[in-house]
Amino acid sequence: MRKRESAVITAVEKYGKERKNLLPVLQEVKQVKNYLSRSDISEIAAEMGLSSAHVYGVASFYHFLDLKVRGQNIIWVCKTISCYMRGSNDIMLALEDALKIKVGETTSDGKFTLLQTNCIGWCHKGPAILINDQPYTDLTPEKVIQIVDEYYKK
Amino acid sequence: MAKQKLKRVDLIFSQDCSCRDILAAAFSKSKEEIIQMLIDSGLKGRGGAGFPTGLKWKMAAEENSNRKYVICNADEGEPGTFKDREILDRVALKVLGGMALCAYVIGAREGFIYLRHEYRFLIPKLEKMMETFHKWMDEFDLDFRVKLFMGSGAYVCGEETSLIESMEGKRGEPRNKPPYPTNNGYLGKPTVVNNVETLVYTMMIVRIGADEFKNMGIEGSSGSKLFSVSGDTPKAGIYEIEMGMTLEDFVKEFGDGDTKAVQVGGASGFCVPRKRFKETTIGYQGGLKGFSLPTGGSMMIFNSSRSMYNVLHNYLEFFEEESCGQCTPCRVGCQQLLKGIEAIKRGEKSHKYLNDLLRLAETMKLTAKCGLGQSVGNSFSSIVENFREEMIY
Repeated sequence: MRKRESAVITAVEKYGKERKNLLPVLQEVKQVKNYLSRSDISEIAAEMGLSSAHVYGVASFYHFLDLKVRGQNIIWVCKTISCYMRGSNDIMLALEDALKIKVGETTSDGKFTLLQTNCIGWCHKGPAILINDQPYTDLTPEKVIQIVDEYYKK
Repeated sequence: MAKQKLKRVDLIFSQDCSCRDILAAAFSKSKEEIIQMLIDSGLKGRGGAGFPTGLKWKMAAEENSNRKYVICNADEGEPGTFKDREILDRVALKVLGGMALCAYVIGAREGFIYLRHEYRFLIPKLEKMMETFHKWMDEFDLDFRVKLFMGSGAYVCGEETSLIESMEGKRGEPRNKPPYPTNNGYLGKPTVVNNVETLVYTMMIVRIGADEFKNMGIEGSSGSKLFSVSGDTPKAGIYEIEMGMTLEDFVKEFGDGDTKAVQVGGASGFCVPRKRFKETTIGYQGGLKGFSLPTGGSMMIFNSSRSMYNVLHNYLEFFEEESCGQCTPCRVGCQQLLKGIEAIKRGEKSHKYLNDLLRLAETMKLTAKCGLGQSVGNSFSSIVENFREEMIY
């Protein structure tokens, strides 16, 4: 019989079935599949011998384990007071304007999702954003549009 | 009250000695000697809670167990704090060195760096450093390996027991204490959880000696500490300063000439208004009451153009989102404090309602399960009491 293949099985084989590996497994499946669907959650639960409720409970606890379909690139704008004082609002407005979406939404071509997040640790160089894993700091509305353009071209 | 002039220090980022040499010197000492050295130095946890580091290591060392763990808490999430990112970026080997010291002292073979998701960009660099570090471990014949464990975005996981829960594949909900992690930690085994900066200081204490470290700072708060300075300041950045400075000296150095308040310790810390700068020192002695403030190093400066209502509103939104929801005082309390100040601002509630909210904040301090819920009242009460009119009009 042909061996079953899926992102979940690969991740569980890589990290192991013990419960302590649940977070790395969820992180990896999310990375490969863009988000965690209900069927991914059930499959992870079955493979690791946990209840779906437990796996869903854990996945929904953490901000960066997305349970909704996301764009290819996720833009996280820091909304903490220190970035706000340095103009994060203008950055958000520039992004909403350029991408033609509101915060929380995904562009129709599926390239970008625009979200907010709490302090990302660049308060001295705000306003700051993360695009996927990459931080960008000391932003101006012009600069952030340029950066997003680069991602469009990729 | 003990005071200390603002004195810059250069220990954390100094490159004047190799970590390998420090470790070689450390491993020639006995475990007891190292513990005694840390206790003599007076080093307290630099994450903000301020537990004596030597004592923590001693407690874990005295546990009888075949497995023990060292965890570096790099889940830096307090608004206004960015020092741990800088440390991991520039001197990661010192952090790993501190973990090796701890492993040697308590008898651990496995260690983890719990790195927050927002710092994923550091992974390639850290992996390279870990490779060098593991070679050293082989050369020293110390059976110790460090792995990275990634967080996924939860402020509360900076609390050590919820960090451990998270590593065990659960929601990051804090545990009841006791038992403490030194006795019953990761997978039920004795575990030391130390902040990134604390681990670096253990290395520096081995290098400069307990006396020299203790000579810095003030009684009860020895040594130096990194401060993350942000807000209305021409000098935003990271500075290593001796413990015990007054806020007056701090504002003189970092303010923009129009400072109205400083938030010491981030959203979970205290807001100090201008009239109290002179009498407020930064240090651990005196605990959480009075005018000596402990901090993880977040220093946000606000000038007179800022609305303290906006500041408080931002902090409350943060807490409302980051509360793990496990205990009622914190889950419901955060929501009600936020709703409450909004209602007062809109004029739907009388200003007297602020007194009810202050009592609620006090109740949360007494009844919330962990440090998150207990400290919401710190910023709430200190902002409302000092800037009451800004909350109403």
